[in-house]
Amino acid sequence: MRRSMLFIPGNAPGLLINGNYLGADALIFDLEDAVAPEEKDAARILVRNTLKYMDFQGCETIVRINALDTEYWKADLEEVLKHKPDLIMLPKAGTEEEIRTADYFISELESKFGHMPGSVGIMALIETAKGLENAYAIAGASQRVMALFLGAEDLTADLRCQRTREGREIEYARSRLVSAARAAGIDAYDTPFTDVADDEGIRSDALSAKALGFSGKAAISPRHVSVINDVFSPSPDEVNYAYEVMEVITQAQMQGKGAVALRGKMIDAPIVARARQVIAMAEEMGAGR
Amino acid sequence: MDSKIVSTLREAIELAGLKDGMTISFHHHLRNGDYVLNMVMDQVAAMGIRDLTINASSLFDCHSPLLAHVKNRVVTKILTDYMSGGIGREISRGIMEHPVEFRTHGGRPSDIAQGRTPIDVAFVAAPCSDPMGNCSGKYGKSACGSLGYAHADAQYARKVIVITDELTTYPLLDWSIDETRVDHVVVVDAIGDPRGIVSGTTRITRDPVGLVMARQAAQVIRHSGLLRDGFSFQTGAGGASLAAASYLKEIMLRENILGSFGLGGITGYMVDMLKAGCFEKLLDVQCFDLNAVESIRKDPRHQEIGAEHYAGVSGRSAVVDSLDVVILGAAEIDTDFNVNVHTDSSGSIMGGSGGHSDTAAGARLSMIIAPLQRARLPIITDRVTCISTPGRDIDVLVTQAGIAINPKNAELKRSLISAGLNIVDIGDLKEKAEKLTGRPARPVPGEREVARVIYRDGSLLDRIYNVRQS
Amino acid sequence: MSKIIRRASAGTLESSDVYVEVWPGGGAVKLDLESVVELQFGDAIRRTVMNILEEMNVADAELRIVDRGALDCVLRARVEAAVRRGEAQG
Repeated sequence: MRRSMLFIPGNAPGLLINGNYLGADALIFDLEDAVAPEEKDAARILVRNTLKYMDFQGCETIVRINALDTEYWKADLEEVLKHKPDLIMLPKAGTEEEIRTADYFISELESKFGHMPGSVGIMALIETAKGLENAYAIAGASQRVMALFLGAEDLTADLRCQRTREGREIEYARSRLVSAARAAGIDAYDTPFTDVADDEGIRSDALSAKALGFSGKAAISPRHVSVINDVFSPSPDEVNYAYEVMEVITQAQMQGKGAVALRGKMIDAPIVARARQVIAMAEEMGAGR
Repeated sequence: MDSKIVSTLREAIELAGLKDGMTISFHHHLRNGDYVLNMVMDQVAAMGIRDLTINASSLFDCHSPLLAHVKNRVVTKILTDYMSGGIGREISRGIMEHPVEFRTHGGRPSDIAQGRTPIDVAFVAAPCSDPMGNCSGKYGKSACGSLGYAHADAQYARKVIVITDELTTYPLLDWSIDETRVDHVVVVDAIGDPRGIVSGTTRITRDPVGLVMARQAAQVIRHSGLLRDGFSFQTGAGGASLAAASYLKEIMLRENILGSFGLGGITGYMVDMLKAGCFEKLLDVQCFDLNAVESIRKDPRHQEIGAEHYAGVSGRSAVVDSLDVVILGAAEIDTDFNVNVHTDSSGSIMGGSGGHSDTAAGARLSMIIAPLQRARLPIITDRVTCISTPGRDIDVLVTQAGIAINPKNAELKRSLISAGLNIVDIGDLKEKAEKLTGRPARPVPGEREVARVIYRDGSLLDRIYNVRQS
Repeated sequence: MSKIIRRASAGTLESSDVYVEVWPGGGAVKLDLESVVELQFGDAIRRTVMNILEEMNVADAELRIVDRGALDCVLRARVEAAVRRGEAQG
């Protein structure tokens, strides 16, 4: 479950050591934009040590490394994979080939550091027009690619359009990304909302992302985490309905019935699948039955 | 017309008959911008008066010149409710013969009222006064709002000298202290530095951990059974406490709850809650920022109260007895819920009770907000360095890693668990913190007693010893 | 054996961080520590620093450490970063 993913600057000890108390389902330790070029080395070592010594207790750990067109990405991986984070976020993913390049190097490091082959997942950050158009190919380029993540700031710069509060300019990108990810059988995550003080804005932005099919959303401010969790959690009504669906289905199976209805609506396979997802999530949140 | 104005401070002190060995008093509404205490002390020193006892409701680092008067024995004893770290560090070296006596904001006026700590001359720093001594903190260039801590001093001192930098025509209306108590009025250029008196706005914390704790604290209040129409509330001016108030405000507005009153040192956030309709009234013993000062001047629902009325034990009752919830801070808290707000973990004085133990004793729910660790120092210990507020008066500790409930509150614990809050054992929190920080070595205190902590009922709560110099 | 050949530093003076400066020594390890938690953790900090230097095979260096209450994992990271910046490449 990754409703919320919180970016934490990779060279900020005060935030790193408190990351797991900020309510996010996942933490993204950032070695890229949040770290100045002359501090990349120190940030890598700090992130690696944090992964080694801190207990993040059920909070997933993701490290955003530097992009493949920089001199940093290999050193980033060599350092942080000594103590394996749950996922590597790969910025500016543009083509299948790039994913394969990263995949190959990660495989080498997995064997070097004694991790299970294939155990390091990749979250591909789609933030260029090229990456967006290649999204489905990127999603399928390696078994490691567990999710696509939309980075709207860089993307809108690449598209030469203005980033707005309402986000009309990224509607296509959002839909395309969700479609590509779902077609490949993986998750899609939405770009952060950048106005830290706009409490209304973050909620409506998260709601539109959820409406388009995203599984969760990133945050650059801890203030946004609880709103995002709230939006991407099933409501009590949804949870109740999911349990009712499962009950009706179980009974129908026991009685050997084929088609069944609930609240006047036919219960078909997609509804059951959705109910299962909702229940799994509710149980993970401690809101199950 | 008659006038009590005397031309110089020296003359007023002479007229008041101040002699060696007497007690003089000060209040701290001008906070770290106060000029009056230093002005008076320099004058009495110049007059050759010695061996004085100072009874000040609080001492800030702007009062550091006092240390010189301690060293040359103009001052030989200090009674106060709070002492900031700069002065505290010196006192902790053991520079005084008599230990400092720490009281609470309620205990101080009660001991004054009952004659246990009589005052010979009280100095009232008044942002405005008329020639007969009717005075107030609400008006003038040094306006500070409430003068609540000075009420008992003015009422019970043998002589009262008002020092003002804004003389108004007689009679000043809307006074805090009236002329029946005032002997002399002295007009000076400035009683304080407005920048140190009140802050422009008191800010909510931006520290993410503080916000997490604040949200939890608001949820505790919400599910405590106390948040209903008529609810009353006090919170400190610390960042996380204010953030908790702002989350509480959202909840109260959403659930349409009308509280009866907000209490204490008042910040702009409490004023916002009054204006938004969260409370019907504010009772104010001290203003922390400009919004609070403006509100107490203009809004009849925002009322000044004296410290004895606020938190004392000498009257038939005090407002803290009617308080539902108070949010407080802690330098340390131990696994028996005793709280230290007097010393840092090296044992050096850097604070004091203020209203901490008064409100904790009075409120139905007293809650501490504190992180697991600050700059590697774990906050939860086996035994606090100094007991400022006894654990029996503390109900809940909110940290970023969970909420600990004092075992005496079984019912509260049940309701918070069923509300889905993360309730944990305080011992587990302590272990969790020490896993992060390592186990701190405990500095061994010296043998010289430098201060006593006196509980609001007059009993001795703890002793503070000197810090060994390395 | 790792050799410190230049003056280098890592970390900051922000709360929860530690500033570490390292330079070539005069034949042994010399450590100058200033910490906000000297009384509570001074010895622990010195032990940790010596351990990392040993792990990194540094036997000849001077260090100046200004600690603002860094946790052990942060201290380790900053010492390691400073040493790597100060040591001969390869």
